[in-house]
Amino acid sequence: MSFISVFDVLGPNMIGPSSSHTAGAAAIALLARKMLNGRLSSVNFTLYGSFARTYKGHGTDRALLGGIMGFSTDDRRIPDSFAIAEAQGLSFHFTVNDRETEIHPNTVDILMTNDSGKELLVRGESVGGGKIRITRIDQVEVDFTGEYSTLIVIQKDKPGVIAHITRCLSERSVNIAFMKLYREEKGCTAYSIVESDGPLPPAAAEEIRKNPHVKDVMLVQI
Amino acid sequence: MNFKHGSELLALCQTHQVPISEVMISRECQLSSSAREDILLKMEKAWNIMQESAYTPVKSPKRSIGGLIGGEAQLLDAHRAEGKSVCGSLLSRAVTYSVAVLEVNASMGLIVAAPTAGSSGVVPGVLLALKEEYGLSDEQIIRGLFNAGALGYLAMRNATVAGAVGGCQAEVGVASAMAASAVVELMGGSPQQSLDAASTVLMNMLGLICDPVGGLVECPCQGRNASGAANALIAAEIALSGIKQHIPFDEMLGAMYSVGRKLPSEFRETALGGCAVTPSGCSMCGGCDSPG
Repeated sequence: MSFISVFDVLGPNMIGPSSSHTAGAAAIALLARKMLNGRLSSVNFTLYGSFARTYKGHGTDRALLGGIMGFSTDDRRIPDSFAIAEAQGLSFHFTVNDRETEIHPNTVDILMTNDSGKELLVRGESVGGGKIRITRIDQVEVDFTGEYSTLIVIQKDKPGVIAHITRCLSERSVNIAFMKLYREEKGCTAYSIVESDGPLPPAAAEEIRKNPHVKDVMLVQI
Repeated sequence: MNFKHGSELLALCQTHQVPISEVMISRECQLSSSAREDILLKMEKAWNIMQESAYTPVKSPKRSIGGLIGGEAQLLDAHRAEGKSVCGSLLSRAVTYSVAVLEVNASMGLIVAAPTAGSSGVVPGVLLALKEEYGLSDEQIIRGLFNAGALGYLAMRNATVAGAVGGCQAEVGVASAMAASAVVELMGGSPQQSLDAASTVLMNMLGLICDPVGGLVECPCQGRNASGAANALIAAEIALSGIKQHIPFDEMLGAMYSVGRKLPSEFRETALGGCAVTPSGCSMCGGCDSPG
Protein backbone atom coordinates (compact mmCIF):
# COMPACT_ATOMS: atom_id res chain seq x y z
CA MET A 1 0.00 0.00 0.00
CA SER A 2 1.49 3.30 -1.03
CA PHE A 3 -0.20 5.57 1.55
CA ILE A 4 0.01 5.66 5.34
CA SER A 5 -3.21 3.97 6.46
CA VAL A 6 -4.88 4.59 9.82
CA PHE A 7 -4.12 0.89 10.39
CA ASP A 8 -0.40 1.56 9.93
CA VAL A 9 -0.76 3.96 12.88
CA LEU A 10 -3.09 1.80 14.98
CA GLY A 11 -1.55 -1.49 13.96
CA PRO A 12 -0.29 -3.97 13.21
CA ASN A 13 -2.28 -6.23 15.50
CA MET A 14 0.64 -8.22 16.78
CA ILE A 15 2.21 -10.53 19.32
CA GLY A 16 4.70 -8.44 21.34
CA PRO A 17 7.09 -7.19 22.35
CA SER A 18 8.58 -5.45 19.30
CA SER A 19 7.14 -4.49 15.91
CA SER A 20 10.55 -4.78 14.25
CA HIS A 21 12.02 -7.71 16.19
CA THR A 22 8.85 -9.79 16.66
CA ALA A 23 6.09 -8.80 14.19
CA GLY A 24 8.55 -8.04 11.35
CA ALA A 25 10.38 -11.31 11.96
CA ALA A 26 7.13 -13.30 11.75
CA ALA A 27 6.14 -11.44 8.59
CA ILE A 28 9.45 -12.19 6.83
CA ALA A 29 9.22 -15.91 7.61
CA LEU A 30 5.54 -16.08 6.63
CA LEU A 31 6.36 -14.54 3.25
CA ALA A 32 9.40 -16.79 2.74
CA ARG A 33 7.31 -19.88 3.46
CA LYS A 34 4.88 -18.96 0.67
CA MET A 35 7.76 -19.07 -1.81
CA LEU A 36 8.50 -22.80 -1.46
CA ASN A 37 5.91 -25.44 -2.34
CA GLY A 38 5.48 -28.74 -0.55
CA ARG A 39 5.85 -29.70 3.08
CA LEU A 40 8.79 -28.18 4.92
CA SER A 41 11.21 -30.64 6.50
CA SER A 42 13.89 -28.32 7.87
CA VAL A 43 14.69 -24.65 8.25
CA ASN A 44 17.85 -22.78 9.23
CA PHE A 45 17.74 -19.17 10.35
CA THR A 46 20.87 -17.02 10.31
CA LEU A 47 20.49 -13.81 12.32
CA TYR A 48 22.48 -10.63 11.72
CA GLY A 49 22.99 -7.30 13.49
CA SER A 50 20.47 -6.37 16.16
CA PHE A 51 18.52 -9.56 15.43
CA ALA A 52 21.66 -11.52 16.34
CA ARG A 53 22.28 -9.57 19.55
CA THR A 54 18.78 -9.28 21.00
CA TYR A 55 16.71 -12.08 19.50
CA LYS A 56 16.01 -13.98 22.72
CA GLY A 57 14.64 -11.02 24.71
CA HIS A 58 12.40 -10.01 21.81
CA GLY A 59 11.12 -13.49 20.95
CA THR A 60 12.53 -13.06 17.43
CA ASP A 61 13.33 -16.79 17.25
CA ARG A 62 9.80 -17.83 18.22
CA ALA A 63 8.31 -15.31 15.78
CA LEU A 64 10.49 -16.54 12.89
CA LEU A 65 9.62 -20.15 13.56
CA GLY A 66 5.93 -19.26 13.89
CA GLY A 67 5.99 -17.38 10.59
CA ILE A 68 7.61 -20.33 8.81
CA MET A 69 4.72 -22.52 10.03
CA GLY A 70 2.22 -20.06 8.54
CA PHE A 71 1.40 -18.00 11.64
CA SER A 72 0.63 -14.34 10.95
CA THR A 73 1.90 -11.52 13.22
CA ASP A 74 -1.24 -11.66 15.42
CA ASP A 75 -1.31 -15.45 15.87
CA ARG A 76 -1.42 -16.37 19.56
CA ARG A 77 0.47 -19.61 18.88
CA ILE A 78 3.74 -17.66 18.26
CA PRO A 79 4.98 -17.91 21.90
CA ASP A 80 4.63 -21.72 21.69
CA SER A 81 6.14 -22.12 18.23
CA PHE A 82 9.11 -24.21 19.41
CA ALA A 83 6.86 -26.90 20.90
CA ILE A 84 4.52 -26.78 17.89
CA ALA A 85 7.41 -27.20 15.43
CA GLU A 86 8.75 -30.17 17.38
CA ALA A 87 5.29 -31.77 17.42
CA GLN A 88 5.09 -31.30 13.63
CA GLY A 89 8.51 -32.88 13.14
CA LEU A 90 9.96 -29.71 11.63
CA SER A 91 13.69 -29.53 12.19
CA PHE A 92 14.86 -25.97 12.95
CA HIS A 93 18.12 -24.30 13.80
CA PHE A 94 19.26 -20.76 14.66
CA THR A 95 22.72 -19.40 13.87
CA VAL A 96 24.12 -16.03 14.87
CA ASN A 97 26.36 -14.19 12.42
CA ASP A 98 28.06 -11.26 14.15
CA ARG A 99 30.94 -10.98 11.64
CA GLU A 100 28.90 -9.49 8.80
CA THR A 101 28.34 -5.82 9.66
CA GLU A 102 27.70 -4.25 6.23
CA ILE A 103 24.06 -5.30 6.38
CA HIS A 104 20.72 -3.88 7.57
CA PRO A 105 20.66 -4.31 11.39
CA ASN A 106 17.51 -6.47 11.40
CA THR A 107 18.35 -9.07 8.77
CA VAL A 108 17.69 -12.81 8.64
CA ASP A 109 18.62 -15.49 6.10
CA ILE A 110 16.09 -18.31 5.96
CA LEU A 111 17.23 -21.55 4.34
CA MET A 112 14.26 -23.85 3.81
CA THR A 113 14.26 -27.48 2.66
CA ASN A 114 11.03 -29.19 1.58
CA ASP A 115 10.21 -32.89 1.76
CA SER A 116 11.42 -33.51 -1.79
CA GLY A 117 14.81 -32.08 -0.87
CA LYS A 118 14.41 -28.78 -2.69
CA GLU A 119 16.20 -25.87 -1.00
CA LEU A 120 15.44 -22.15 -1.08
CA LEU A 121 17.30 -19.33 0.62
CA VAL A 122 15.39 -16.11 1.32
CA ARG A 123 16.91 -13.02 2.95
CA GLY A 124 14.57 -10.56 4.65
CA GLU A 125 14.97 -7.23 6.43
CA SER A 126 12.64 -5.85 9.11
CA VAL A 127 12.60 -2.15 8.36
CA GLY A 128 10.46 -0.84 11.24
CA GLY A 129 6.85 -0.80 12.42
CA GLY A 130 6.37 -4.38 11.24
CA LYS A 131 7.25 -3.46 7.64
CA ILE A 132 9.59 -5.81 5.80
CA ARG A 133 11.33 -6.39 2.51
CA ILE A 134 12.83 -9.42 0.83
CA THR A 135 16.32 -8.62 -0.46
CA ARG A 136 17.71 -11.93 -1.69
CA ILE A 137 16.45 -15.17 -3.19
CA ASP A 138 19.21 -17.79 -3.36
CA GLN A 139 22.17 -15.86 -4.74
CA VAL A 140 20.27 -13.08 -6.48
CA GLU A 141 19.60 -9.70 -4.90
CA VAL A 142 15.96 -8.66 -5.22
CA ASP A 143 13.66 -6.12 -3.59
CA PHE A 144 9.96 -6.54 -2.84
CA THR A 145 7.73 -6.13 0.19
CA GLY A 146 4.92 -8.68 0.00
CA GLU A 147 2.37 -5.86 0.36
CA TYR A 148 1.13 -6.71 -3.15
CA SER A 149 0.34 -10.04 -4.73
CA THR A 150 3.71 -11.08 -6.13
CA LEU A 151 4.77 -13.35 -8.96
CA ILE A 152 8.39 -14.50 -8.95
CA VAL A 153 9.69 -16.17 -12.10
CA ILE A 154 13.08 -17.86 -12.20
CA GLN A 155 14.19 -18.05 -15.80
CA LYS A 156 17.15 -18.25 -18.16
CA ASP A 157 18.30 -14.81 -19.27
CA LYS A 158 17.04 -15.25 -22.89
CA PRO A 159 15.09 -13.01 -25.30
CA GLY A 160 11.31 -13.32 -25.24
CA VAL A 161 10.80 -14.57 -21.68
CA ILE A 162 9.60 -11.21 -20.35
CA ALA A 163 7.23 -10.82 -23.32
CA HIS A 164 5.86 -14.29 -22.55
CA ILE A 165 5.27 -13.34 -18.88
CA THR A 166 3.51 -10.07 -19.66
CA ARG A 167 1.39 -11.72 -22.37
CA CYS A 168 0.21 -14.44 -19.96
CA LEU A 169 -0.73 -11.73 -17.45
CA SER A 170 -2.40 -9.35 -19.91
CA GLU A 171 -4.51 -12.20 -21.36
CA ARG A 172 -5.97 -12.58 -17.87
CA SER A 173 -6.45 -8.82 -17.38
CA VAL A 174 -3.84 -8.53 -14.62
CA ASN A 175 -2.82 -4.94 -13.99
CA ILE A 176 0.90 -4.84 -13.15
CA ALA A 177 1.75 -2.36 -10.38
CA PHE A 178 5.54 -2.96 -10.46
CA MET A 179 7.80 -5.21 -12.51
CA LYS A 180 11.51 -5.69 -11.88
CA LEU A 181 14.15 -7.89 -13.47
CA TYR A 182 17.29 -9.19 -11.73
CA ARG A 183 20.01 -11.53 -12.98
CA GLU A 184 23.13 -13.26 -11.75
CA GLU A 185 25.02 -12.51 -14.97
CA LYS A 186 24.33 -12.21 -18.69
CA GLY A 187 22.79 -15.38 -20.12
CA CYS A 188 22.51 -17.11 -16.73
CA THR A 189 19.68 -17.25 -14.20
CA ALA A 190 17.38 -14.25 -14.01
CA TYR A 191 14.46 -13.37 -11.73
CA SER A 192 11.37 -11.47 -12.82
CA ILE A 193 9.29 -10.05 -9.99
CA VAL A 194 5.81 -8.77 -10.76
CA GLU A 195 3.65 -7.04 -8.15
CA SER A 196 -0.04 -6.61 -8.81
CA ASP A 197 -2.87 -4.66 -7.17
CA GLY A 198 -5.35 -7.51 -7.37
CA PRO A 199 -4.99 -11.27 -6.91
CA LEU A 200 -2.81 -13.09 -9.45
CA PRO A 201 -4.59 -15.98 -11.21
CA PRO A 202 -2.80 -19.34 -10.66
CA ALA A 203 -3.63 -20.22 -14.31
CA ALA A 204 -1.33 -17.40 -15.42
CA ALA A 205 1.49 -18.88 -13.37
CA GLU A 206 0.90 -22.30 -14.98
CA GLU A 207 0.93 -20.74 -18.45
CA ILE A 208 4.19 -18.90 -17.69
CA ARG A 209 5.74 -22.18 -16.53
CA LYS A 210 5.24 -23.70 -20.02
CA ASN A 211 7.99 -21.55 -21.55
CA PRO A 212 11.13 -23.73 -21.92
CA HIS A 213 13.37 -21.00 -20.48
CA VAL A 214 11.29 -20.73 -17.29
CA LYS A 215 12.77 -22.81 -14.46
CA ASP A 216 10.29 -22.08 -11.70
CA VAL A 217 7.35 -19.85 -10.82
CA MET A 218 6.31 -18.76 -7.32
CA LEU A 219 3.04 -17.08 -6.54
CA VAL A 220 2.62 -15.13 -3.29
CA GLN A 221 -0.94 -13.90 -2.76
CA ILE A 222 -1.71 -11.24 -0.18
CA MET B 1 -10.03 13.78 1.02
CA ASN B 2 -6.39 13.84 2.09
CA PHE B 3 -4.14 16.09 4.14
CA LYS B 4 -0.43 16.35 4.81
CA HIS B 5 -0.30 18.71 7.78
CA GLY B 6 -2.36 19.62 10.83
CA SER B 7 -3.25 22.95 9.24
CA GLU B 8 -4.75 21.15 6.22
CA LEU B 9 -6.66 18.80 8.52
CA LEU B 10 -8.16 21.77 10.35
CA ALA B 11 -9.12 23.39 7.04
CA LEU B 12 -10.94 20.20 5.95
CA CYS B 13 -12.82 20.05 9.25
CA GLN B 14 -13.79 23.70 8.80
CA THR B 15 -14.85 23.37 5.15
CA HIS B 16 -16.96 20.25 5.67
CA GLN B 17 -18.03 21.09 9.24
CA VAL B 18 -16.97 17.65 10.49
CA PRO B 19 -14.79 16.38 13.36
CA ILE B 20 -11.24 15.07 12.82
CA SER B 21 -12.44 11.45 13.10
CA GLU B 22 -14.79 11.92 10.14
CA VAL B 23 -12.02 13.34 7.93
CA MET B 24 -9.84 10.35 8.80
CA ILE B 25 -12.62 7.83 8.07
CA SER B 26 -13.31 9.47 4.68
CA ARG B 27 -9.61 9.53 3.87
CA GLU B 28 -9.25 5.83 4.65
CA CYS B 29 -12.31 4.90 2.55
CA GLN B 30 -10.99 6.86 -0.39
CA LEU B 31 -7.31 5.85 -0.32
CA SER B 32 -7.90 2.16 0.41
CA SER B 33 -10.95 1.92 -1.90
CA SER B 34 -12.82 0.21 0.94
CA ALA B 35 -16.38 0.45 2.19
CA ARG B 36 -17.00 2.54 5.29
CA GLU B 37 -18.49 -0.38 7.23
CA ASP B 38 -15.43 -2.55 6.51
CA ILE B 39 -13.11 0.12 7.86
CA LEU B 40 -15.24 0.64 10.97
CA LEU B 41 -15.32 -3.13 11.50
CA LYS B 42 -11.54 -3.36 11.20
CA MET B 43 -11.15 -0.63 13.82
CA GLU B 44 -13.66 -2.38 16.06
CA LYS B 45 -11.48 -5.49 15.88
CA ALA B 46 -8.44 -3.43 16.92
CA TRP B 47 -10.45 -1.89 19.79
CA ASN B 48 -11.48 -5.35 21.00
CA ILE B 49 -7.83 -6.46 21.08
CA MET B 50 -6.91 -3.26 22.93
CA GLN B 51 -9.57 -3.84 25.59
CA GLU B 52 -8.59 -7.46 26.10
CA SER B 53 -4.92 -6.49 26.48
CA ALA B 54 -5.89 -3.86 29.08
CA TYR B 55 -8.13 -6.16 31.14
CA THR B 56 -6.29 -9.51 31.07
CA PRO B 57 -3.29 -8.63 33.31
CA VAL B 58 -5.57 -7.21 36.00
CA LYS B 59 -7.07 -10.68 36.45
CA SER B 60 -4.16 -12.88 35.30
CA PRO B 61 -0.74 -11.28 35.73
CA LYS B 62 2.09 -12.72 33.67
CA ARG B 63 5.85 -12.30 33.96
CA SER B 64 7.58 -10.72 30.94
CA ILE B 65 10.11 -12.70 28.88
CA GLY B 66 12.89 -10.43 30.12
CA GLY B 67 11.65 -10.86 33.69
CA LEU B 68 11.63 -7.14 34.59
CA ILE B 69 7.87 -6.57 34.70
CA GLY B 70 4.59 -8.36 35.42
CA GLY B 71 1.83 -7.87 37.99
CA GLU B 72 1.83 -4.05 38.09
CA ALA B 73 -1.69 -3.64 36.67
CA GLN B 74 -3.15 -5.94 39.31
CA LEU B 75 -1.44 -3.96 42.10
CA LEU B 76 -2.74 -0.66 40.73
CA ASP B 77 -6.26 -2.03 40.32
CA ALA B 78 -6.28 -3.35 43.91
CA HIS B 79 -4.95 -0.02 45.19
CA ARG B 80 -7.84 1.84 43.56
CA ALA B 81 -10.39 -0.78 44.68
CA GLU B 82 -9.32 -0.16 48.27
CA GLY B 83 -10.20 3.51 47.84
CA LYS B 84 -6.57 4.58 48.21
CA SER B 85 -6.00 6.13 44.78
CA VAL B 86 -4.06 9.39 44.97
CA CYS B 87 -4.87 10.41 41.38
CA GLY B 88 -8.60 9.77 41.41
CA SER B 89 -10.52 7.19 39.47
CA LEU B 90 -10.05 8.39 35.86
CA LEU B 91 -6.28 8.75 36.00
CA SER B 92 -5.88 5.63 38.13
CA ARG B 93 -7.74 3.59 35.52
CA ALA B 94 -5.76 5.13 32.65
CA VAL B 95 -2.48 4.30 34.40
CA THR B 96 -3.63 0.76 35.28
CA TYR B 97 -4.68 -0.08 31.72
CA SER B 98 -1.61 1.52 30.14
CA VAL B 99 0.79 -0.58 32.20
CA ALA B 100 -1.43 -3.64 31.64
CA VAL B 101 -1.01 -3.44 27.87
CA LEU B 102 2.78 -3.19 28.23
CA GLU B 103 2.71 -6.29 30.43
CA VAL B 104 0.83 -8.21 27.72
CA ASN B 105 3.25 -6.92 25.10
CA ALA B 106 6.33 -7.91 27.09
CA SER B 107 4.99 -11.41 27.73
CA MET B 108 4.37 -12.11 24.03
CA GLY B 109 0.64 -11.47 24.19
CA LEU B 110 -1.55 -9.89 21.50
CA ILE B 111 -1.57 -6.08 21.32
CA VAL B 112 -2.23 -3.33 18.77
CA ALA B 113 0.82 -1.18 18.02
CA ALA B 114 -0.34 2.39 18.75
CA PRO B 115 1.72 3.74 17.08
CA THR B 116 4.43 1.28 18.19
CA ALA B 117 4.53 -1.80 20.42
CA GLY B 118 6.64 0.04 23.01
CA SER B 119 4.02 2.79 23.27
CA SER B 120 0.98 0.54 22.83
CA GLY B 121 -0.46 1.21 26.30
CA VAL B 122 -1.23 4.92 26.12
CA VAL B 123 -4.11 5.12 23.63
CA PRO B 124 -6.08 2.10 24.92
CA GLY B 125 -5.33 3.02 28.55
CA VAL B 126 -6.71 6.54 28.21
CA LEU B 127 -9.69 5.63 26.03
CA LEU B 128 -10.77 2.67 28.15
CA ALA B 129 -10.60 4.80 31.31
CA LEU B 130 -12.69 7.45 29.57
CA LYS B 131 -15.22 4.85 28.42
CA GLU B 132 -15.67 3.49 31.94
CA GLU B 133 -15.62 6.80 33.75
CA TYR B 134 -18.04 8.65 31.46
CA GLY B 135 -20.09 5.72 30.13
CA LEU B 136 -19.06 6.25 26.50
CA SER B 137 -20.14 3.68 23.91
CA ASP B 138 -17.73 1.54 21.90
CA GLU B 139 -18.96 3.37 18.76
CA GLN B 140 -17.84 6.66 20.29
CA ILE B 141 -14.47 5.24 21.29
CA ILE B 142 -13.93 3.86 17.77
CA ARG B 143 -14.48 7.39 16.43
CA GLY B 144 -11.91 8.53 18.97
CA LEU B 145 -9.45 5.99 17.55
CA PHE B 146 -9.81 7.51 14.07
CA ASN B 147 -9.10 10.92 15.58
CA ALA B 148 -6.00 9.50 17.29
CA GLY B 149 -5.03 7.83 14.01
CA ALA B 150 -5.09 11.18 12.21
CA LEU B 151 -2.56 12.66 14.62
CA GLY B 152 -0.39 9.55 14.49
CA TYR B 153 -0.45 9.62 10.70
CA LEU B 154 0.80 13.22 10.71
CA ALA B 155 3.66 12.20 13.02
CA MET B 156 4.57 9.22 10.83
CA ARG B 157 4.42 11.30 7.66
CA ASN B 158 6.18 14.45 8.84
CA ALA B 159 8.41 13.25 11.67
CA THR B 160 9.00 9.78 13.11
CA VAL B 161 7.44 7.37 15.59
CA ALA B 162 10.57 5.22 15.94
CA GLY B 163 12.49 5.37 19.23
CA ALA B 164 15.65 4.47 17.31
CA VAL B 165 15.26 7.66 15.28
CA GLY B 166 13.67 10.17 17.66
CA GLY B 167 13.79 8.78 21.20
CA CYS B 168 10.84 8.05 23.50
CA GLN B 169 9.28 11.45 22.73
CA ALA B 170 8.56 10.03 19.25
CA GLU B 171 6.96 6.86 20.60
CA VAL B 172 5.23 7.54 23.92
CA GLY B 173 5.17 11.28 23.12
CA VAL B 174 3.26 10.74 19.89
CA ALA B 175 1.00 8.08 21.47
CA SER B 176 0.16 10.58 24.21
CA ALA B 177 -0.52 13.35 21.66
CA MET B 178 -2.85 10.97 19.80
CA ALA B 179 -4.72 10.10 22.98
CA ALA B 180 -5.01 13.77 24.04
CA SER B 181 -6.52 14.73 20.69
CA ALA B 182 -9.03 11.85 20.86
CA VAL B 183 -10.08 12.77 24.41
CA VAL B 184 -10.77 16.36 23.31
CA GLU B 185 -13.06 15.24 20.47
CA LEU B 186 -14.85 12.68 22.66
CA MET B 187 -15.48 15.28 25.37
CA GLY B 188 -16.95 17.79 22.93
CA GLY B 189 -13.94 19.93 22.06
CA SER B 190 -13.20 21.41 18.62
CA PRO B 191 -10.67 20.16 16.04
CA GLN B 192 -8.48 23.17 16.93
CA GLN B 193 -8.58 22.14 20.59
CA SER B 194 -7.62 18.59 19.62
CA LEU B 195 -4.52 19.83 17.82
CA ASP B 196 -3.73 22.22 20.65
CA ALA B 197 -3.86 19.35 23.16
CA ALA B 198 -1.59 17.23 20.95
CA SER B 199 0.83 20.13 20.66
CA THR B 200 0.85 20.55 24.45
CA VAL B 201 1.79 16.90 24.90
CA LEU B 202 4.71 17.14 22.48
CA MET B 203 5.85 20.28 24.31
CA ASN B 204 5.62 18.61 27.72
CA MET B 205 7.40 15.43 26.64
CA LEU B 206 9.99 17.12 24.40
CA GLY B 207 13.44 15.56 24.64
CA LEU B 208 12.41 12.32 26.34
CA ILE B 209 15.03 9.70 25.51
CA CYS B 210 14.70 6.00 24.69
CA ASP B 211 16.91 4.04 27.13
CA PRO B 212 15.53 0.52 27.60
CA VAL B 213 17.19 -1.55 30.32
CA GLY B 214 18.78 -4.58 28.72
CA GLY B 215 17.41 -3.45 25.35
CA LEU B 216 14.03 -4.89 26.34
CA VAL B 217 10.60 -3.27 25.91
CA GLU B 218 9.95 -3.44 29.66
CA CYS B 219 11.65 -0.86 31.92
CA PRO B 220 11.34 2.15 31.76
CA CYS B 221 8.84 1.65 28.88
CA GLN B 222 5.98 0.51 31.10
CA GLY B 223 6.18 3.52 33.44
CA ARG B 224 6.62 5.86 30.49
CA ASN B 225 3.34 4.60 29.06
CA ALA B 226 1.64 5.48 32.35
CA SER B 227 3.17 8.96 32.23
CA GLY B 228 2.04 9.30 28.60
CA ALA B 229 -1.52 8.53 29.70
CA ALA B 230 -1.33 11.19 32.41
CA ASN B 231 0.15 13.73 30.02
CA ALA B 232 -2.67 13.10 27.54
CA LEU B 233 -5.32 13.80 30.17
CA ILE B 234 -3.49 16.93 31.41
CA ALA B 235 -3.22 18.34 27.89
CA ALA B 236 -6.86 17.56 27.09
CA GLU B 237 -7.96 19.28 30.32
CA ILE B 238 -5.90 22.37 29.44
CA ALA B 239 -7.32 22.56 25.89
CA LEU B 240 -10.93 21.92 26.90
CA SER B 241 -10.79 24.66 29.54
CA GLY B 242 -10.30 27.19 26.75
CA ILE B 243 -6.58 27.80 27.22
CA LYS B 244 -4.97 28.38 23.84
CA GLN B 245 -1.70 26.76 22.78
CA HIS B 246 0.91 29.26 21.54
CA ILE B 247 2.71 26.86 19.22
CA PRO B 248 0.71 24.98 16.53
CA PHE B 249 0.92 21.19 16.35
CA ASP B 250 2.78 21.20 13.00
CA GLU B 251 5.54 23.36 14.48
CA MET B 252 5.81 21.25 17.64
CA LEU B 253 6.02 18.12 15.51
CA GLY B 254 8.91 19.73 13.62
CA ALA B 255 10.58 20.66 16.91
CA MET B 256 10.18 17.11 18.25
CA TYR B 257 11.69 15.64 15.09
CA SER B 258 14.58 18.08 15.11
CA VAL B 259 15.35 17.41 18.79
CA GLY B 260 15.07 13.66 18.18
CA ARG B 261 17.59 13.61 15.36
CA LYS B 262 20.04 15.60 17.48
CA LEU B 263 19.86 13.10 20.36
CA PRO B 264 23.14 11.16 20.71
CA SER B 265 22.73 7.55 19.58
CA GLU B 266 23.13 6.43 23.22
CA PHE B 267 19.65 7.85 23.82
CA ARG B 268 17.93 6.25 20.84
CA GLU B 269 17.03 2.65 21.69
CA THR B 270 20.61 1.39 21.81
CA ALA B 271 20.46 0.64 25.57
CA LEU B 272 23.77 2.52 25.97
CA GLY B 273 22.50 5.52 27.96
CA GLY B 274 20.10 6.80 30.62
CA CYS B 275 18.31 4.17 32.73
CA ALA B 276 20.03 1.37 30.80
CA VAL B 277 23.51 2.30 32.07
CA THR B 278 22.69 2.96 35.71
CA PRO B 279 24.44 0.39 37.94
CA SER B 280 21.08 -1.28 38.64
CA GLY B 281 20.09 -1.17 34.96
CA CYS B 282 23.38 -2.79 33.99
CA SER B 283 23.02 -5.47 36.65
CA MET B 284 19.68 -6.51 35.15
CA CYS B 285 21.20 -6.85 31.68
CA GLY B 286 23.22 -9.78 30.40
CA GLY B 287 26.01 -7.50 29.18
CA CYS B 288 26.43 -5.03 26.36
CA ASP B 289 26.70 -7.54 23.53
CA SER B 290 24.76 -10.46 24.88
CA PRO B 291 21.20 -11.22 23.86
CA GLY B 292 18.80 -9.07 25.90
